[in-house]
Amino acid sequence: MKKLIKFFLNGEPVQIEIEPHLTLLRLLRDKLEMTGTKEGCGMGECGACTVLLNGKTINSCIYPAMEVDGKMVTTIEGLLDPQGNLHPIQKAFIEYGAIQCGFCTPGMILSAKALIDENPNPTEEEIRNGIAGNICRCTGYIQIIQAIKSTSKP
Amino acid sequence: MEELINVGKRIPKLDAEEKATGRAIYIQDLKIPGMLYGKILYSPHPHARILNIDTSKAERLLGVKAILTGYNIPPIKFGFYKDNTPLKANKVRSCRDEVAAVAAIDPEIAEEAIDLIKVEYEILPAVFDPEEAMKEGAPLIHEEHLGGKEKKPTNILNLPWRLVAGDVEEARKNSAFVAEDRFKVTWVTHCCMGTSGCLAQFDLKNNLTMYANTQIPSLAQRDFTEALTAMGLSGKKVRIIKTTIGGGFGSKLDTYAFEYIAILLAYKTRKPVKIVFTREEEFFATSPRQPAIIDIAQGCTKEGKLTFRDVRMILDNGAYTSWGATTPSVMMMPISSLYKIPNVRYIAKCVYTNNTYSQAMRGYGNPQATFAIDSQIDILAEMAGIDPLDFRLINANTPGEITPQKFKVQTCGLRECIDAVAQRLDWRQNHGRGNGRGIGMASMIHVGGGARVYKSDGCGTIIKIDDFGTVNVFTGATDMGQGADTVIAQIVAEELGVRVEDIVVIHTDTDVCPWDVGAHASRTTFVAGNSARGAARKIKEKILEVAAKSLGELPENLEIRDRFVYSKIDPEKKSPLGKILRASHYTTGGSMVMAEYFYDPQNENLDKEFKGNLSVTYAYGTHGVEVEVDKETGQVKILRYIAAHDVGKAINPMLLEGQVFGGALMGIGYALTERLILQNGKVMNPNFLDYKILTAKDVPNIETVVVETDDPYGPFGAKGIGEPGLVPTAPAIANAIYDAIGVRIKDLPITPEKILSELKKRT
Repeated sequence: MKKLIKFFLNGEPVQIEIEPHLTLLRLLRDKLEMTGTKEGCGMGECGACTVLLNGKTINSCIYPAMEVDGKMVTTIEGLLDPQGNLHPIQKAFIEYGAIQCGFCTPGMILSAKALIDENPNPTEEEIRNGIAGNICRCTGYIQIIQAIKSTSKP
Repeated sequence: MEELINVGKRIPKLDAEEKATGRAIYIQDLKIPGMLYGKILYSPHPHARILNIDTSKAERLLGVKAILTGYNIPPIKFGFYKDNTPLKANKVRSCRDEVAAVAAIDPEIAEEAIDLIKVEYEILPAVFDPEEAMKEGAPLIHEEHLGGKEKKPTNILNLPWRLVAGDVEEARKNSAFVAEDRFKVTWVTHCCMGTSGCLAQFDLKNNLTMYANTQIPSLAQRDFTEALTAMGLSGKKVRIIKTTIGGGFGSKLDTYAFEYIAILLAYKTRKPVKIVFTREEEFFATSPRQPAIIDIAQGCTKEGKLTFRDVRMILDNGAYTSWGATTPSVMMMPISSLYKIPNVRYIAKCVYTNNTYSQAMRGYGNPQATFAIDSQIDILAEMAGIDPLDFRLINANTPGEITPQKFKVQTCGLRECIDAVAQRLDWRQNHGRGNGRGIGMASMIHVGGGARVYKSDGCGTIIKIDDFGTVNVFTGATDMGQGADTVIAQIVAEELGVRVEDIVVIHTDTDVCPWDVGAHASRTTFVAGNSARGAARKIKEKILEVAAKSLGELPENLEIRDRFVYSKIDPEKKSPLGKILRASHYTTGGSMVMAEYFYDPQNENLDKEFKGNLSVTYAYGTHGVEVEVDKETGQVKILRYIAAHDVGKAINPMLLEGQVFGGALMGIGYALTERLILQNGKVMNPNFLDYKILTAKDVPNIETVVVETDDPYGPFGAKGIGEPGLVPTAPAIANAIYDAIGVRIKDLPITPEKILSELKKRT
């Protein structure tokens, strides 16, 4: 039984009829063709599918799409400003070598954004905790931590 | 040397912006109109006869377009030992054996169809321990596989890895101290964040386009061409297009059953077919690092000079053969050539079992062998009463040395690496405290100037420049995240006198990119870098010839700096590069400025005795660790981590650090937490909760020390650095743990349980 949901995706209103079992990740990737959000495990363990729901991180691969009704979803595609400029966290990831294969990057950047939005000047330990749910196999995390640190506002 | 403008700079990866914005297209993201989704049914048994496969119910499911089994496909054999088939007929030999495959209009229907296929099996006795599998009367994995002098059925592969130099027995007799130990290393897996996948598509003439995640586009092209021949399509073309690769680490150095299955399904349905692995499949159906049982003995004189190294190894090959079976060829490198060692013997056997089969993984066999060698160096040093730091310095390799395996050591910064680690850890002060805190070190050698494992170690580059000064570099190299594209751009920009932002590197399509043997052996910066530099030199000559005419100057009096051609005599005489190019194109009898270069390093294939100068130059490094071990819980905490590497020259220090950080953290996982648990051949922990790779909370602050030895053969002096970062990690940590609490763990990973059990034995 399909149901109509309405929500804001990266600031734009969306209305769509969906099946009840659909996950938010499938909604984004398959129905809306927004492939910036990645599936690393499908079980909520690796964080590659991280998106922001009302500003908080969630694993979209295990999140029922129905639940976003009436809420605000931010994906990696929504981080550019209206002029198409990169978000400061995206810039920092690029400048600090925090990206190698890049598969974990969208989710990692959104976790970093949620952290910085809530706590503009995190300690290194807070940064490490903030991205502990996002697995990266390439970088050893060090340049990611440096990148996030560089964006903090003392 | 002139000041370098592009080389040696911390330039961000060329594709970083695409990746940071989610625009990079991975195999998961690729959709082609009309595309079908493929799914694979695996065997639930490690060893069983297939009695019957009933696909009738699945065939009736709406949306199913094709079902294949091992009984209705052409005879495709793959893997270098040619002992594997895309789908299995008659019997299964491991729990990852592909039994049937489906193509359907969506992934859910494909999954449902898989569930509807009924297979009857007769379970056969299985063997999981390679030592058991070697015994007379053990279940045979491949009955038709014959070996030994009598050509009898056997599980031991016909790969007689044997390296002998000097006289080990005589040296053993003359040694003042001899250490003998058994070490064990286990299954670990790559855990690429982007799972495996491919998309196969035939055109009307039956030419194949394969969108693939591969580190070996040119070799995969050959493999798939062979498969087409087996399908009765000989002479048809194969084009490989690489999507953005979500991590490689060696996992993509071979072609796999799922790729052949996608090809077969695409051929049968006449539609594009995509197969993408789930994370669970990625854990149990891709090929991990080879486990090994390592018996090692080393001796030294009273003064601590190494006298011999004698190593016997048994490798669990699993049920089929991929490059894992050739890891002994790389293990020979540290066994023969890490530290000065006059007498060496190494014998290794690869044995079929009913386990999953192994593949290359970052470092190939080097981390396994180095764990045994450099753990035992500490044991031997203690026997001789010599500080392990001094012991390593006494035996450190030096430039100009020819090792027992006939490696010609060019530049060698090993001593500098050892010194740097000792200094940073304040070794003399901190070693031997034994109060729960300890320090340890271990070193490494790796190929740093390519590795001639095939008949060629070559890589091609083509460069063209357009009317506006944009430089298109077509390379055979593969970027899987490590930054090959960027390093190549820096090298070309430096040689050509332009900037990195003027360069576009194209490395994704075998229809346009030149040949390359693959992204393995840490060879890309060295080999593809030298190739790119050669092409840049050639195109520069052509540009200067064209410029000579328009500037009225002799070519030898011209140079290119920062996008302009200048006269060296009269700097006022200059012209922007784009203008020179336009002049060449828009003229009667004009010409196109283009160049190609094929670089194949002057290294040697190993001879029948497995000797020869495998690499043009060798990379060295030393890691040092300070740990704190909790004797109550067995927990190991890394307090400091120093990674010193002789890299020749850092083309891009930021990307280089990324390789070292990533390698070291993967190595820390290898040392302490990672283990693919196989029980009766089944992977018991196919998820990130139970297979513990480290997170941002676990990573210590790794300090890198870059030793630049400026190798005369490297591009701008560079050596390879892709793999070295994880090679010495495990022994360095094991040595530090021993220094902290006096417990020597010889079996990876070093878990708290093992530490506690050893501590218990002593009380």
